[in-house]
Amino acid sequence: MSLVDWSRAQFALTAMYHWIFVPLTLGLSFIIAFMHTKYYKTKAEKWKNTTKFWMKLFGINFAIGVATGIILEFEFGTNWSNYSWIVGDIFGAPLAIEGILAFFLESTFIAVMFFGWDRVSKKFHMLSSWFVAIGSNLSALWILVANAWMQNPVGMRFNPDTARNEMIDFWEILFSPTATYKFLHTVTNGYVVASLFVIGISAWFILKGRHLDFAKRSMRIAAIFGLVASLVLVYTGDGSAYCTAKDQPMKLAAMEGLYEGGNEQGLVTVALPTPGKKYGDDKNDYLFAVKIPYLLSYLATRNFDGYVPGVNNIIEGDKEHGIVPVKERMEKGKVAINALKEYKISENKIVKDEALKTFRKNYKHFGYGFLPDKESAIPNVPLTFYSFHIMVGLGFYFIILFAIILYFSIKQTIEKKKTWLKIALWSIPLGFIASELGWVVAEVGRQPWTIQDILPTMASTSHLSTSSVQTTFWLFTVLFTVLLIAEIKIMIHQIKLGPKEERS
Amino acid sequence: MNIIKKIFRFYVDGFKNIDKLGIKLWIIIAIKLFIMFAILKIFFFPDFLNSKFDSDKEKGDYVIESLTKN
Repeated sequence: MSLVDWSRAQFALTAMYHWIFVPLTLGLSFIIAFMHTKYYKTKAEKWKNTTKFWMKLFGINFAIGVATGIILEFEFGTNWSNYSWIVGDIFGAPLAIEGILAFFLESTFIAVMFFGWDRVSKKFHMLSSWFVAIGSNLSALWILVANAWMQNPVGMRFNPDTARNEMIDFWEILFSPTATYKFLHTVTNGYVVASLFVIGISAWFILKGRHLDFAKRSMRIAAIFGLVASLVLVYTGDGSAYCTAKDQPMKLAAMEGLYEGGNEQGLVTVALPTPGKKYGDDKNDYLFAVKIPYLLSYLATRNFDGYVPGVNNIIEGDKEHGIVPVKERMEKGKVAINALKEYKISENKIVKDEALKTFRKNYKHFGYGFLPDKESAIPNVPLTFYSFHIMVGLGFYFIILFAIILYFSIKQTIEKKKTWLKIALWSIPLGFIASELGWVVAEVGRQPWTIQDILPTMASTSHLSTSSVQTTFWLFTVLFTVLLIAEIKIMIHQIKLGPKEERS
Repeated sequence: MNIIKKIFRFYVDGFKNIDKLGIKLWIIIAIKLFIMFAILKIFFFPDFLNSKFDSDKEKGDYVIESLTKN
């Protein structure tokens, strides 16, 4: 494996580990806020104990997960220095706001949430739970805006004197459709993960015949929250896919395993892509596929006979639909790179101006100039395809599960539904799996780009030795594994203790 | 001043009354932060550009050079 591969593997490991904790924090904080509000309104001790129990699990998750994201920033500075420098100004403002929000809202109000029982007013205490939920979700907003910018770099301009992107329109970056849908899709995914977590643990208590009232009221709140969130997830997922079709057509083609595109494309529901299928060969895209006719065209273009390009169409180009062949983009990219070089080294103003003009004209192809061949523009299609379809399949399964659990909860027969309770318990990891797969789709599907069309991974890394990245990769693997084992052990111990109300 | 004192006392009392689980979690946080900032950051994750160059101009020139060298 090359330096780029090890750097990517390390980043993926860190990000995926970090993402075990984040969705649970995002969703559980809101579930706790709902429960706390119930306690505030009813003054019933049972709601206080319910809130306290989930707060404890939230605390464990928060404590083990806190600062794991900082490692990503270490990696930016060490392994991805070219990238960090080039995006610096774009990331600076959102990440600074994230830092301030995370510090003031989360840190301050988490202390009030945990230490505030009987020490601050009940109203302020309840509001502090809401501030923690809103604060943690808002701090997620900024890093997701930064990520969305990499997928769809808007509102910026590259300064060839400093080699940095400079923000020219903050609001365009913040409210780009890619950023909006990415934020909403990601946080609602967190709500689903947390709802599955609460339902699964409550199901365990019911199966064990312990803390039944506590488990049933926790389950009902989580089922309502989970059902609403999972329906919103479908809507935001559709919005994200539409943005992908527009701005990252190669990613969409990989998500669908689509090599030969065209009009009136059907959406793959279940399929087995042909193993070893490559760009330009004459194998079929799938060994078998069940498709919903016209739906991919509709979802990608809002038109049932809309044109959706496949991998082959994007590589070869399609003049009729305005797709420039990758080979042509590679040539234009090289022109942009040479113009940048000339601009930098020349001392003649006329030559400099001309070079800058050429650079600006070809800048949108800049990243293609680094690609060694046109096949390098294709991401890992099978990995993207399977990740996407498993994620979507799980998403629809969660809707059904939440609806069924809610139905039995309302009918007050959930205690008797042992099979569904077991399914609910074993669905806890599925939420995390779906969540991680979402990031695999987003990040593997956009390869080779760190900034879409502008900077490929191969030009983003620092000049380090591969062995130094390998060393830290294994260090992290050990550190993360130890932390994860600690989290699971402490969490299971606390769950077994159960809530205070029936512990004695 | 009174408010600052109250907030300070709030935190002090909160930490004083922390339960066994809380202590365990704080120990984990402390060990983790120590490993991250005192070991990983210092010995394994120097800022590549900061460790090589002093000024932003030098960093920018280096990045452009590495992007355009071939």
